[in-house]
Amino acid sequence: MSVTQSDFRGAIMDGGKDRPEGLSDAKGHPAGRRFDVYRNNVAVSLTDALATGFPTIAKLIGTENFNAIAGVFLRQSPPSSPMMMHYGEGFPEFLEGFEPLAHLGYLADVARLELAMRRAYHAADAEPINPDALSALPPERLTELVMTFAPAVSLLRSPWPIHAIWAFNMQDGPKPQGISQDVIILRPGFDPEPHALNAGAYEFITALMAGGTLGAAAAVATDDAPNFDLSATLGLLLTGNALNSIDLPS
Amino acid sequence: MSTTVKTLAVAGAVAAALSAHATTATAAEKEKCYGVSLAGQNDCAAGPGTTCAGTSTVDYQGNAWKLVDAGTCVDMELPALADGTPRVGSLEVLERDLPAS
Amino acid sequence: MFDSQSTPSKLPNRPGVGYKPQHYADLIEDPGTVSWLEIHAENYMGDGGRPIAQLRQLSERFPISVHGVGLSIGGEGALDADHLARLKHLVDWLNPTVFSEHLAWSTHDGAFLNDLLPLPYTDATLQRVCDHINQLQDTINRQMMLENPSSYLAFDESTWSEPDFLREVASRTGCGLLLDVNNVFVSATNLNYDPRAYINEYPLECVGEIHLGGHDEDEDDHGKPLLIDSHGAPIVDPVWALLDHTLSLSGEKPILIEWDTDVPDWATLHDEALRADAALAKIATGVAA
Repeated sequence: MSVTQSDFRGAIMDGGKDRPEGLSDAKGHPAGRRFDVYRNNVAVSLTDALATGFPTIAKLIGTENFNAIAGVFLRQSPPSSPMMMHYGEGFPEFLEGFEPLAHLGYLADVARLELAMRRAYHAADAEPINPDALSALPPERLTELVMTFAPAVSLLRSPWPIHAIWAFNMQDGPKPQGISQDVIILRPGFDPEPHALNAGAYEFITALMAGGTLGAAAAVATDDAPNFDLSATLGLLLTGNALNSIDLPS
Repeated sequence: MSTTVKTLAVAGAVAAALSAHATTATAAEKEKCYGVSLAGQNDCAAGPGTTCAGTSTVDYQGNAWKLVDAGTCVDMELPALADGTPRVGSLEVLERDLPAS
Repeated sequence: MFDSQSTPSKLPNRPGVGYKPQHYADLIEDPGTVSWLEIHAENYMGDGGRPIAQLRQLSERFPISVHGVGLSIGGEGALDADHLARLKHLVDWLNPTVFSEHLAWSTHDGAFLNDLLPLPYTDATLQRVCDHINQLQDTINRQMMLENPSSYLAFDESTWSEPDFLREVASRTGCGLLLDVNNVFVSATNLNYDPRAYINEYPLECVGEIHLGGHDEDEDDHGKPLLIDSHGAPIVDPVWALLDHTLSLSGEKPILIEWDTDVPDWATLHDEALRADAALAKIATGVAA
């Protein structure tokens, strides 16, 4: 009899299913736990991939819980491509809908931060602007400036202190306070860095990313937060090598 | 309310950012361990043996799921938002306004 | 059939290692006896960042072997067109010395299972594997090498022996072969045959690269040894002996040390490469295995 890959896959992903017939050891006995080598390889390798991709989540809920939850996720959402560097893109939504963890409402957003870090790590390289180019521009026209961002840069907005939770777990940071946090992922060299944003900065950077001028973006930010600190936010973008072009449209 | 941000304010902020940037020593490129670099590697090795990971049927039914050990989440007191309304913005607001125009 | 007049390998007949980022500094400082590197294709398919930058730098100093671990050449379904395109892009910019993949499947019905899964050896699977190899070789416009798997079980429906199956694939497609000596030892132990007899039947003239790695030991339901291809331990003495036997028949070949899990420090990995060096030296000086 012929064992189809559909049978094989079905029995790998469901340990409760019978192993396919037609698989044997050297003596003609049914393969038995020899088949479980494949079941184990798939479950362990995908669990490990999730654990290395979401180290903060694993620390937050503990390894044993994480592995059990990964076991549920990998069976309902196995990778859709051989690029393991992207595996787990659906994990935040899974965590959001996973009822036993509903009391830890921040998990999904922390997972989004970890996914964004991973995307930034593999994002295309971009030559950052030389800050001297900025000082060479006529000061009276700076409000008209538009800029583009490096592909590694991304923004996250959460009602939870996701940066503080990340830092508490990954960097021995202080205990998180019950606040909301906006985060920017920067990659000044090859290492992605999450930074918590000050008030108004999320609106400011969002407006710039959409092609808005520096003046318009600063106005949007100041509308949102009268104490928006333009200088500090620009400083963060410059030291984080976030900008890869500036232009004064004629 | 719409705010018109004055040219002078923007110019001043850009100048301040540039001067701050110039005094920031650029650290040499050195790998920092944020747990990102080795995440999601493909390889062709098999997992360890026939341990239970592949055969245990994961059995969770809603509230029957038990958190069997404790991660760092128990060290943080972050209750669910009372009103369900997402809070946005940030606590760490700098007490410094744009330069007066 | 891929029209290739080239010999299977252009890699040096020297030891190489599977590249791990944690060894980057050691390799740049002093690679010792390590003369070439192998990378897993899928880890270098991002858009940029450190992995690509490191690979660019390493490729200026070492011959690179690109080893695909995710194409699913043995899959029942069509090859993933997106993945083929990614492989082509990598091979085009990197221009590696060789490219290899596995006699296995890993994707079915849109799900990638991240493991090298086995296939029966029948006329139908032979045709499918050949079709896929032809498609790949045409896409990347170069010859590939196909690697023999580690087997934990046998398919009742198989009608070909593995060496005959591989010989026929090589003959029909013009591909080369990658002989994993540890896989031969693992499969022979698990399926109770003589690994030397397997090597004796193997089309060694098609082999452009040899793999060596460590395995774990387990037992099946009947208490019989069940070896697992973990790549997470030192290479055992019987596998070194099987390498000697292989080299005595094939002559010198490029030899790769694979260590993918519980990756050791550079010195430990380099010691394995030195042992491969010694095996090659024995052949070069005509000392019988």
